[in-house]
Amino acid sequence: MALSKDEVLAGLAELVNEETGLAAESVQMDKSFSDDLDIDSISMMTIVVNAEDKFGVKIPDEEVKNLVTVADAVNYIADNQ
Amino acid sequence: MTATLNQYQAVKFSKIYALGAARGDLVVTNDDVAGPIDSSDEWIRQRTGIVTRRRASKDRSLMDMAVEASNEAITKAGIDPKEIGAVIFSTITHPFQTPSAATLLADKVGANPAPAYDVSAACAGYCYGIAQADALVRSGMAKYVLVVGGEKLSDFIDPTDRSISFLLGDGAGAAIVGPSETPGISPSVWGSDGSKWDAVSMTSSLLEFRDGTAAWPTLHQEGQTVFRWAVWEMAKVAKQALEVAGVKPEDLSALVTHQANIRIIDELAKQLELPDSVVVARDIINTGNTSAASIPLAMHELLSSGAVKSGGLALEIGFGAGLAFGAQVVVLP
Repeated sequence: MALSKDEVLAGLAELVNEETGLAAESVQMDKSFSDDLDIDSISMMTIVVNAEDKFGVKIPDEEVKNLVTVADAVNYIADNQ
Repeated sequence: MTATLNQYQAVKFSKIYALGAARGDLVVTNDDVAGPIDSSDEWIRQRTGIVTRRRASKDRSLMDMAVEASNEAITKAGIDPKEIGAVIFSTITHPFQTPSAATLLADKVGANPAPAYDVSAACAGYCYGIAQADALVRSGMAKYVLVVGGEKLSDFIDPTDRSISFLLGDGAGAAIVGPSETPGISPSVWGSDGSKWDAVSMTSSLLEFRDGTAAWPTLHQEGQTVFRWAVWEMAKVAKQALEVAGVKPEDLSALVTHQANIRIIDELAKQLELPDSVVVARDIINTGNTSAASIPLAMHELLSSGAVKSGGLALEIGFGAGLAFGAQVVVLP
């Protein structure tokens, strides 16, 4: 069964925490990965690959650059489960 | 009656006899390269692991470094260079389309008239060379093969490029491969993925440069695409290399990856779930990314520093432009 956006957000926050050590609560929908959370391109790709495993979705390389905010990622994952 | 042909008589096993290394003569710090990319020492260390990279001055050519590394390998192997049956030079920075760098190198190290040719497989080039040397030796086609991975990448960088230029260094690493009583080089897992031809490439062709429609070609990469491929696809290749070699991660003394970026090296090591006993080569910290030279340079450094001992097993894996990749398990010389 497809996960809700809240469930995707919670799962994504765990992945961000594992990769960067950032508190999961700081991963909120309106945050930008690079500007607000200070996640660089390599960490972003690690999170993307782990998200593919966790949520069973494919996130192509050309799509990754469109994932600017946490909401972008949550929506993409939720829509492509 | 038809004459019966002679064919090469195969040799059962091959091994690496010795390595040689030569680095650029200049120690280039992060502060030296940070200005044109609006960066800092801290940013570069955090994202790449590099503290300094070695680059060659104008007077130190790719050939100078290749000859120095080759002579060390030949001397340490204790062989007569006249017995070298092939010279394989992996490079992307030899500044002539033809003749090859390998023929000149063969002549300079006393291996003339050995067959000699260049390999263009970028950061996978050394592993491609070892794969071919293993085949040439075991087939009986060559007694000894000189394999060199060498680059003077500083001739092909753009100081303002934020994708790869600031990582790059210059150097050459050499290996002598020859016959052995016991297995010394596993089957190779090697291949390519030309669907990602643009992921690491020159910014333009020489023809565009000639026609004045493009600047001098320099290296560029799509960092995220390369990172994903270099870690998760190469982890599969590395596991396959262990499997075909018939060894387990705990049997290894060392993991010697192409020294692309410390984040790639560390993430790849993590994916392989190596025990703490396996030394992971991190020569990139002081040498930078030297493409085809990086694996032999890193292995040479592990041996000369005493971090690993001769006789142990090392998984070496190269990956880069092409995209091309190659991996094998070798007995450390």
